[in-house]
Amino acid sequence: MSLLIGAATIGFILSLLALGVFLSYRIFVFPDITAEGSITLGAGTAAILLVNGVNPWAATAAGWAAGMVAGALTGIIHTRFGVNGLLSGILVMTALYSINLHIMGKSNVPLLSGENFTTYAERLGRSVFGGETVNVAGWEVAARDLSTLIVAGLFVAFIAIVLFAFLRTDLGTAMRATGDNDQMIRASGVNHGNMIVLGLSISNGLVALSGALLAQYQGFADVQMGIGMLVWGLASVIIGEALVGTRQLGYVITGAVMGSVLFRLLVAVALRWGVNPNDLKLITAFFVFVALVLPGLLEKTRQRKRKPVHA
Amino acid sequence: MLEVRGVHKTFYAGTPNEVRSLQGVTLSIAEGSFVIVIGTNGCGKSTLLNAVSGTFLVDAGTIRLDGHDITRWPEYKRAPMIGRVFQNPFSGTSPNLTIAENLALASRRGHRRGLGSIRSDKLMAEMRERVSRLNMGLETRLDDPIGTLSGGQRQALTLMMATWVKPKLLLLDEHTAALDPKSADQVIRLSEEEISRARLTSLMVTHSMQQAVNLGDRLIMMHRGRVLHDFEGAEKRRLRAADLLARFEEVRRADRLDESAAEMLRRVYV
Ligand SMILES: Nc1ncnc2c1ncn2[C@@H]1O[C@H](COP(=O)(O)OP(=O)(O)OP(=O)(O)O)[C@@H](O)[C@H]1O
Ligand SMILES: [Mg+2]
Repeated sequence: MSLLIGAATIGFILSLLALGVFLSYRIFVFPDITAEGSITLGAGTAAILLVNGVNPWAATAAGWAAGMVAGALTGIIHTRFGVNGLLSGILVMTALYSINLHIMGKSNVPLLSGENFTTYAERLGRSVFGGETVNVAGWEVAARDLSTLIVAGLFVAFIAIVLFAFLRTDLGTAMRATGDNDQMIRASGVNHGNMIVLGLSISNGLVALSGALLAQYQGFADVQMGIGMLVWGLASVIIGEALVGTRQLGYVITGAVMGSVLFRLLVAVALRWGVNPNDLKLITAFFVFVALVLPGLLEKTRQRKRKPVHA
Repeated sequence: MLEVRGVHKTFYAGTPNEVRSLQGVTLSIAEGSFVIVIGTNGCGKSTLLNAVSGTFLVDAGTIRLDGHDITRWPEYKRAPMIGRVFQNPFSGTSPNLTIAENLALASRRGHRRGLGSIRSDKLMAEMRERVSRLNMGLETRLDDPIGTLSGGQRQALTLMMATWVKPKLLLLDEHTAALDPKSADQVIRLSEEEISRARLTSLMVTHSMQQAVNLGDRLIMMHRGRVLHDFEGAEKRRLRAADLLARFEEVRRADRLDESAAEMLRRVYV
């Protein structure tokens, strides 16, 4: 049980990554690999500030802001200098590897003592539940695990609602239209380059925020922690879309959060069954491949069936 | 209102694929006039409209609109002054956004995009009113994604979006060519109504001789990146489809002559 609670907590934290990927990949159709650098950037920035005694809120916010800068950089390289989108992301991701090492000073920063998000949540749990353990539907669970899960869930719900509200404002609607039909959006007088820069900035801000929280949850930041994250986020978005079965904005955002949690639970169960952790990324990549290709294949076979024999 | 002077545009300059799409177009359009543009395929009609709206920057010449020299302006900066409807019904609207969201974006053409809500009650009421005037039954579907509509419906909405904020110049590029005859008629009728109601300065490209003679108060015929004929006033009113076809035939014969001359030169000198 505590295994599942832990998995769900990570699922909530990483759903911010999924929301970031949703923004870049689904709204702008921009495979933004900057995410792999900015999640580490968020984690590293927050971790090093926490180690130096900075307030957890400020440290987390700093991680988030650093991600926004990284995303904006990718957007500027792409729109102002005309570099291919994927390559712009790769350039920034590669540069971030060195920058992250500089920020962290070494390849791994442990958060052994001191205040952070998790300790806040745990303290809250002990005071609310009034004991070390709580009984949930017949299971004894540690109060601090449960309260961390709830705090993470509430925090993510708050961010998801803010994102939803933003995407329905004038600016946010223009942003969605940019990915949909950039010709139309230019014709309505919007600088679509600026929209992409802003969108990638928000996307990477979310990803870095996810990293900052993850570091505090798992108790360390590691310079390698970003590898494969884009595909993991994508997997969550795809699972989420399958869960809600529509492309409507509110549903898709909810789906991405649910998808991320479900994905983490699946991973936890798979590991429990004895799947080799080294194979996780291979399996995830294969899953995303199938999910990307399958709809097209299904459509093709359906068309072939529809075609009359003597056409 | 619109002043195009000596505009040149060459694509893929200096390569074997070089296309000289505009070779010195000069054109001056008075406020409130409705100009029809005709010409053979590839003569540069769309390129001219794209040059005016800033899809690309021209190689030479100047473009002035409403007293501004817009020659070097990026597209989004010209957009507040220009309404456009494209040939492709998919080009003018954002398919995953709802009808209301598309219209709301268009209603703020040229405004800064802020964090305000996009759907005020007042705007929604105005949308319902304007959309119901189309008689397409769309007023009850304002919250449907626009991608679920037919080409004719989308084109009618694109026209509405292009003219919601009154543009200084309306550009229509074969905007009914991809529609079935009934929808095409309907969209043409809507265009005509809106142009005369709001006294819009307009440029409309068409391949339909019927539209060319029936609509507009001026007609220009382009050929090989230049304006070849320009009919105005009484002359335009007297034009019949047969006259236009005769002009096309002339052009075709001249082209063939050119070709045979080139062929002869090639035989002699190469
Ligand atoms: N963006 C572009 N890139 C390259 N070539 C272009 C571009 N736009 C137009 N051309 C070329 O310029 C020439 C003129 O094209 P244009 O689209 O203006 O013709 P048109 O008069 O609109 O023809 P049609 O009646 O077929 O629409 C064509 O040879 C076309 O291939
Ligand atoms: Mg054309």
